[in-house]
Amino acid sequence: MGFMDKLKNRFKQNEDETEDVSQKYKQGMEKTRQSFSVKLNDLIARYRKVDEDFFEELEEVLIAADVGVNTVMDLVDELKMEVKRQNIKDTKEIKDVISEKLVEIYYGDDDEEVEKLNIQEDELSVILVVGVNGVGKTTSIGKLAHQLKQEGKSVMLAAGDTFRAGAIEQLDVWGGRAGVDVIKQGEGSDPAAVIFDGIKAAKSRNADVLICDTAGRLQNKVNLMNELAKVNRVIEREVPGAPHEVLLVLDATTGQNAMSQAKTFSDATDVSGIVLTKLDGTAKGGIVLAIRNELQIPVKFAGLGEGIEDLQAFDAHAFVYGLFADLLEEDAE
Amino acid sequence: MAFEGLAERLQSTMKKITGKGKVSEQDVKEMTREVRLALLEADVNFKVVKDLIKRIKERAVGQEVMESLTPGQQVIKVVKEELSDLMGGEQSKIAVADRPPTVIMMAGLQGAGKTTTSGKLANHLRKKHNRSPLLVAADVYRPAAIDQLETVGQQLDVPVFSKGTDANPVDIARDALEQAKEEHHDYVIIDTAGRLHVDGDLMAELEQIKAVVDPDEIFLVVDAMTGQDAVNVAESFNEQLELSGVVLTKLDGDTRGGAALSIKAVTGKPIKFAGMGEKLDQLEPFRPESMASRILGMGDVLSLIDKAETNVNEKQAKELEEKMRTMSFTFDDFLEQMGQVKKMGPLEDLMNMIPGANKMKGLKNAQLDEKQLVYVEAIIQSMTKDERQDPGLMNASRKKRIAKGSGTSVSQVNRLLKQFNEMKKMMKQMTSMQKGGKKGKGMNLPFM
Ligand SMILES: Nc1nc2c(ncn2[C@@H]2O[C@H](COP(=O)(O)OP(=O)(O)O)[C@@H](O)[C@H]2O)c(=O)[nH]1
Ligand SMILES: Nc1nc2c(ncn2[C@@H]2O[C@H](COP(=O)(O)OP(=O)(O)O)[C@@H](O)[C@H]2O)c(=O)[nH]1
Ligand SMILES: [Mg+2]
Ligand SMILES: [Mg+2]
Repeated sequence: MGFMDKLKNRFKQNEDETEDVSQKYKQGMEKTRQSFSVKLNDLIARYRKVDEDFFEELEEVLIAADVGVNTVMDLVDELKMEVKRQNIKDTKEIKDVISEKLVEIYYGDDDEEVEKLNIQEDELSVILVVGVNGVGKTTSIGKLAHQLKQEGKSVMLAAGDTFRAGAIEQLDVWGGRAGVDVIKQGEGSDPAAVIFDGIKAAKSRNADVLICDTAGRLQNKVNLMNELAKVNRVIEREVPGAPHEVLLVLDATTGQNAMSQAKTFSDATDVSGIVLTKLDGTAKGGIVLAIRNELQIPVKFAGLGEGIEDLQAFDAHAFVYGLFADLLEEDAE
Repeated sequence: MAFEGLAERLQSTMKKITGKGKVSEQDVKEMTREVRLALLEADVNFKVVKDLIKRIKERAVGQEVMESLTPGQQVIKVVKEELSDLMGGEQSKIAVADRPPTVIMMAGLQGAGKTTTSGKLANHLRKKHNRSPLLVAADVYRPAAIDQLETVGQQLDVPVFSKGTDANPVDIARDALEQAKEEHHDYVIIDTAGRLHVDGDLMAELEQIKAVVDPDEIFLVVDAMTGQDAVNVAESFNEQLELSGVVLTKLDGDTRGGAALSIKAVTGKPIKFAGMGEKLDQLEPFRPESMASRILGMGDVLSLIDKAETNVNEKQAKELEEKMRTMSFTFDDFLEQMGQVKKMGPLEDLMNMIPGANKMKGLKNAQLDEKQLVYVEAIIQSMTKDERQDPGLMNASRKKRIAKGSGTSVSQVNRLLKQFNEMKKMMKQMTSMQKGGKKGKGMNLPFM
């Protein structure tokens, strides 16, 4: 059975569960999907033969998706080998191999599975949300709080961005939308102190999950990264085993700098997962392939809009399925 | 792996081809390959890269190799010139309407930095041009966006026009303009909500705002970290709104910022300002030249190449290299070198400009700040001829004498001695690093 068939089967088997997700992905990533697979289809239609030109253009399609030039060159090298090994001549046969390799790059040697949030049973789980400026931290927290609350968890938020104008009010609005409490102090107060307060409140109110917002910081600002490390230490000290998740929010529009973000934030905190936002635009966020591959940090959520429901658990298969949906459907016809 | 700059990328290629008379087609091919990779790693759009490479190839092949430059450096020079041409000259003027108020409209994706930049522009206009701006809160979608602009306004003591979140942004803009006229504001800065360039309704909203207020400037605000998608964003916004300029934000980060090149290439519109931080005074005129160097990831190697051509005498450089290698570098050489270096600009920059130098341990301590150079000079000048030739002679009483003579302290003298030794070690390291395949040729340090 080819890779695409497996993928299709996967979706058929648990159709009830996945229909929604893949539907959302399909809508949310309509443009992503379209431009990528249109290009790939184009490519395959134009090139009958798998030759140098074909590979060159494939390279461009992937680079345009911000996959990163090193990853792309590795991938293309591997593909070339695979093509030789399997003696592939026709471009139609190569579709399977391409997507298989993409998923492989993402997972590396790990098991292919959806990476779930690490939420403790019967005790407080602390989620720390970090990232550079304007990527969607606060918005993602609002969406996540809503999602967890709908799952029956009691959720609280801590307004750890005490720097940016209006940041506390913004989180407050999201708290209101999600129907969860927000622990806050005034603008300019010490973020570690706010989060300390948040933990105390979450403990005394027996909350299941505390999500901590932080100010955006560019990863090359040493003192701001130190401040973040301090916040992290406070959480570690106050709650054994915490933070249970450190979510790094990445903007899908970001290019190769996302790798540097992932690396530096991982140095300051133990980044456990990525939230990839703004996938509803035309940007493809291809750099997460390399990040997952090099740093073993999985994407846990995809942000697909500014609404409270626009956060989806990230499923690499769905991601790839999204990219190749057109091709799959054509096959099915 | 951190991104390698073009200089590093080119080093191995350059080594192979130093000392030839002409830049051959094969040389150029190899080097443009590296240029392509460097540009792609810097997030320059692949189509833009393609065009550039074509032009660079055409220009570089068959050029005479200049005396003072290696072929590699020469290709870098061509690349730099192409990039600079594409980026255009510096243009940070803001339009002035014939009849005030001048209207500036901000547009861009979510989180790009529109609100912050609106505040920065208001601050800039007031502080630098003595204007009285009115900020307009036309983002009714993002939670607390109005609070944010109002806080910014308070921080700057600049009035903010708002009608809450229930009003229509088009009405807000229209009414704001009316009020600005009544209150004699000479600038109106309209902060709009972030939107995707493919969001038809919201893009139409911007067109309506534009129709109502007839802006003198429409700035697209773009995050400098943007990847390949920058061309799509810039193209769409420009097609639908006809931008007058671009503001590139978050350039205080460590991104290469290739988006700048992409945006300029597809819109032809000038990038006017650079956001250099979150604070409201951190707005600077955009400098195309230094952006070109940054994209190439070579510090200011490029400007150094220019300077090297004029400042450094090749023979001197060779002698120096010999001294560095044999560790016979003395305080006299140091003084002389300092003189040359000073002609080239800040020492710290110089260190950053040397490919590979940023990777060397101990170099940080060896860095001297500008003010210290004055002391350094005084200290060395207070040494005897023998002491300058052989720092090993130094003892407590000599140090005391030198400190007195130079108006410094013994600990300052000690520090210099220590730094001098570190520098010598570093030079040794550097020369051995540069060896390997180079056999006695001039060093590849860009300032030589
Ligand atoms: N289109 C889109 N916009 C988003 C998404 N996530 C966040 N945003 C927007 O991005 C901007 C910055 O988000 P915010 O949460 O304030 O970012 P923060 O500075 O990282 O906290 C806001 O305008 C959000 O509405 C997403 O998934 N899609
Ligand atoms: N470091 C840095 N941060 C910036 C710069 N410009 C804006 N920001 C930050 O980027 C985030 C989004 O800015 P904002 O003005 O709210 O963006 P908007 O959604 O386009 O209005 C905020 O955290 C700002 O503080 C800049 O030049 N440098
Ligand atoms: Mg925030
Ligand atoms: Mg805004």
